[in-house]
Amino acid sequence: MTYEHKKYLKKCKREKAIVLVSQILILVIFLSLWEILSKYNVINPFIFSSPSKVILTIYNLFLNYDLIGHILTTLYETLIAFFLGITLSFIIAIILYEFKILNKIIDPYLTMLNSLPKVALGPLIIIIVGASANSIIVMALLINLIVGIMSIYNGFNNIDKDLIKLFKTFNASRLDILFKLTIPASYKTIISSLKLNISMTLIGVIMGEFLVSKSGLGYLIIYGTQVFNLDMVMSGIVILIIISFVLYKMITSIEKKLLK
Amino acid sequence: MNKLLSVKNLNKVYYKNKEETEAIKDISFDLYEGEFISIVGPSGCGKSTLLNILTNMDIQTKGKIEFTKPLKLGYMLQSDSMLSWRKIIENALLGLEIKKKKTKENIEYVKNLFKKYGLEEFINKYPNELSGGMKQRVALIRTLALKPDILILDEPFSKLDYQSRLKVSDDVYKMIKGEGKTALMVTHDLSEAISISDRVIVLSQRPCIIKNIYKIEREKEGTPIENRKDKNFANYYDLIWKDLAYHDI
Repeated sequence: MTYEHKKYLKKCKREKAIVLVSQILILVIFLSLWEILSKYNVINPFIFSSPSKVILTIYNLFLNYDLIGHILTTLYETLIAFFLGITLSFIIAIILYEFKILNKIIDPYLTMLNSLPKVALGPLIIIIVGASANSIIVMALLINLIVGIMSIYNGFNNIDKDLIKLFKTFNASRLDILFKLTIPASYKTIISSLKLNISMTLIGVIMGEFLVSKSGLGYLIIYGTQVFNLDMVMSGIVILIIISFVLYKMITSIEKKLLK
Repeated sequence: MNKLLSVKNLNKVYYKNKEETEAIKDISFDLYEGEFISIVGPSGCGKSTLLNILTNMDIQTKGKIEFTKPLKLGYMLQSDSMLSWRKIIENALLGLEIKKKKTKENIEYVKNLFKKYGLEEFINKYPNELSGGMKQRVALIRTLALKPDILILDEPFSKLDYQSRLKVSDDVYKMIKGEGKTALMVTHDLSEAISISDRVIVLSQRPCIIKNIYKIEREKEGTPIENRKDKNFANYYDLIWKDLAYHDI
């Protein structure tokens, strides 16, 4: 290895180290500032809690409030809504792509539905579906479906026109074009839409849990607010951050593997 | 020579909301077995429209195309259009697969084409591992796989750089002659047309009519690269250049 090559590798390593150390440093500084400011009453410890109290509360929730159960409820709702959302948006995108006239007809309604804040439909969904986990799943579906349909549909639309022409020179049927070209060619777009979909689903699930639920992290946060136990609220938020981070990382690693 | 098809008084008009565009006007020519015809003309003159009508991907407004017997046409496009997720051999078999003719004999035939034209080592590679010229050769095999009687080539080399263009056109010529096919090629490269074809059809600007048809006479028949050295080459170039009369450039 030449001297220059070594120098270059060293530089890369250094940069990586700087990034990692800074990331850890930011977290440590943030947590200690939060702890100290709260301890000396610079920020209201009742409202803002503190890291030590959050840890204590999480431990307490774990022992007395079935924290694992709440986490599992939220995860369950999220995963169901996520997989349903992906499947449905895939199917609907195919239908819209295959029957362009249908797409033209429903376009304004799709836009309307997309611009409507879905949370406004919450109370209606509760009445129609019932006050259960199902209405939370429907809520999350409403939010992730439209985004999912649009990103997959755009993927279909962006397929190289020359490839379509090639298939037409072979007199390919619509089914052939769909299964041998459209779907495999938009594989990448579909996989990358998963990332967006998981965050949308989580938004929907927590929103749904705010409106109607007997368990879940959203429920924990709302319950904490109602009984003015803000330590509980903070703990719920912290757990939620961790869960969404882990889910996101999982999806990106799956994405990396599938796109290899 | 046997006549394979006659194009008779072909017309094509495109309609839009408030205007109609005459793309092709009264085009007639014949194509004979084993012949290589090139069609040259200014860009946007309707060359591709003509090919689309020939290959049934568009319909003429007036006129007809008469085949002397049932013939199979193979279409080779401007871009190599490889499916990136399929191996080269699977790409070459795509046409057979769609036409449900992926039989043992046909697969063997395609593999033999790869062998015959020195492309065997690429069979199990993916398209992104091949150069543009290589992919264009594979695209020709994909078209030949269906054993067409007439090959329709739509500016097949225009996306290649100059060096590979010469080399690939030489190879494609050899492959087409080697398989005894009749070919009809559209190009805007005059030297390419003159060096590769038996006849050159010169089209005018829109609405496109036939300006001239040249039968290319050479001292000795050779590959396209050799043909460029023929003493008549410059002559034809001059004539066609004048026909095209690029005075508005």
